[in-house]
Amino acid sequence: MKVAVLVKHVPDTETRIQVKPGDKKINEEGVTYIISPFDEFAMEEALLLRERLGDVQITAVALGPQKATEALRTCLALGADDAILVSDPAFEGADAYVTAKALAAALKGGNYDLILAGKQAVDDDAAYVGTAVAEFLDLPVINLVTKLEVNKAAGTAVAARDLDGYSQVIEVKLPAVFTAQKGLNNPRLPALMGIMKAKKKEIRTLNAQALGLAPNELGAEGAKVEVKEMFVPSKARKNKVLTGAPAETAPELVKLLAEEAKVL
Amino acid sequence: MDFTIPEDLEMVRRTARDYFNDRILPVVDKIEEEDEIPPELIKELAEMGFFGLPFPEKYGGVGIGELGYCLVLEELGAAAPFGNLIGAHTGIGAMSIYLGGTEEQKMKYLPDLCAGKKIAAFGLTEPSAGSDAANLQTTAVRKGDKFIINGSKQWITNGNIADVIIVYAVTDKALGARGGVTAFIVEKTFPGFKVGKIDQKMGLRGSHTAELIFEDMEVPAENVLGEFGAGFVTAMKALDVGRIGLAGGAVGGAQKLLEMSIQWAQQRVQFGQPIANNQAIQWMLVDMATKIHAARLMTYNAAWKMDQGQKCTREAAMVKLYASEMACEVADMAVQIHGGIGYMKEYRIERAYRDTRILKIYEGTNEIQKLVIARELLKAGK
Repeated sequence: MKVAVLVKHVPDTETRIQVKPGDKKINEEGVTYIISPFDEFAMEEALLLRERLGDVQITAVALGPQKATEALRTCLALGADDAILVSDPAFEGADAYVTAKALAAALKGGNYDLILAGKQAVDDDAAYVGTAVAEFLDLPVINLVTKLEVNKAAGTAVAARDLDGYSQVIEVKLPAVFTAQKGLNNPRLPALMGIMKAKKKEIRTLNAQALGLAPNELGAEGAKVEVKEMFVPSKARKNKVLTGAPAETAPELVKLLAEEAKVL
Repeated sequence: MDFTIPEDLEMVRRTARDYFNDRILPVVDKIEEEDEIPPELIKELAEMGFFGLPFPEKYGGVGIGELGYCLVLEELGAAAPFGNLIGAHTGIGAMSIYLGGTEEQKMKYLPDLCAGKKIAAFGLTEPSAGSDAANLQTTAVRKGDKFIINGSKQWITNGNIADVIIVYAVTDKALGARGGVTAFIVEKTFPGFKVGKIDQKMGLRGSHTAELIFEDMEVPAENVLGEFGAGFVTAMKALDVGRIGLAGGAVGGAQKLLEMSIQWAQQRVQFGQPIANNQAIQWMLVDMATKIHAARLMTYNAAWKMDQGQKCTREAAMVKLYASEMACEVADMAVQIHGGIGYMKEYRIERAYRDTRILKIYEGTNEIQKLVIARELLKAGK
């Protein structure tokens, strides 16, 4: 079987994001990058599929600048067989629509039985690419998967989704696209040996021309949405102090914890 | 001149850090309390590759050389005090086989040691021979196709858990250290091998040192490590490697103490302001950071030099000397900045202060390092 895993290179979730005034993107200086955590679930699921089914060829695919090879290198260290970097200066300013279009072009003809992705990237939180890739490739998509079983012989997969208040189990004929939700698995770290072996594995780079995409389909020109402004919200402290007798403030506190903080 | 750490080694370092934060930090207090590293943690460390870091892939190692090894020990040093378990196993135990062994011996022992299926120890120190390695009392006498070893070793890190122990024994008293000492690969199952007392130490809880006793222990002649009579040379070479790794751990531990001290200084309020506003505190932080920086660069440089195949006995001794002195000074300042809380058992500063002290003693006391450096200086005239 062939499995493609879509991964995105995103700023570490612990990064203090900064935006230069007037810029429409974050200041990348000093930012460390990681694989978007939901994509890690997708990658781990591919590895688990291989452990369960045996013969599974895993290809990691990312779109981004040259620096995004780090994310792919991590996938290779984890056990991906090969990797594709979709990269071209012309993608500058691309939105999720353009990204999905380019990724779909890179995946087309690859005969992947499963395409796995995170349900969303933790930087722009568009939650769009997995579904759009499926659309461009005319494949079924199951989002927010928390359990996945593949029946190789039947060429089908059964996926479970935890939705608001209920769960759903869906059977689908392969090939299909699945987006991973937290709870699907516990991603492993690469073994150190894997990191050194990854050095010898191939990362193919595909540019716009190789994908057969025209300039007007790329970057800001091809995008369906436009970023108008980007800024770091000012941190107004919203501390609330309840004054009064404990008997009065306690019910108020419980109400606030339940309705505003949503921790109860 | 390029000081950039290669990308693959950086990735190894990051992975090690993530792993230690994720798996070791939550259990360090338990390890301290129980003086025991959970066996499943050791198994995991082995599966991740932490027991074969510097060795080439053909022996089952990770193949990241001395520099990669130092980077990982630096991260481990920041997380937990048992870097010496890996240090004794890899840096001097298995390293003795790698540096002194025949190809056959390497193929026979290294894969299991790299995979952590077996643990190694380095048996040089004896009750009357620590720094003075020429005064070893353990003897090995040839008897047919075997050697009979008698004597004992003390304070052997991993001694109680090791499957394979490199035992240094006198084979010709008249020849002294160079020529008269032979290294043997001893398996714990060999008849006459016994683990004696397990020591109670000041720190480094979780890692154990033990006494090893050899009573007419039979060792097959093929287990002479490398060349007969070359034991002392092998020991010195392995110690060069071990010393650089030790410095890596010292740098990592000190860095962690610096970060904890900065955090505490910014948080602790006295006389209405954080103590970090006081120059007295700032200057301690400055001294800590400056010395750490120097030790780190010295360590990376020595490791890099070793990876280039250059002799670096002098540098190995220098980094061990400097990094261990630095770590003790940093630990002392960390306690001072933390004040009362730094002296309390429940806080990790007190623990680090105890754990650090051994750095000036083991893998050759700092006085021996000075002796090594002085010899090298006088020999070279520069």
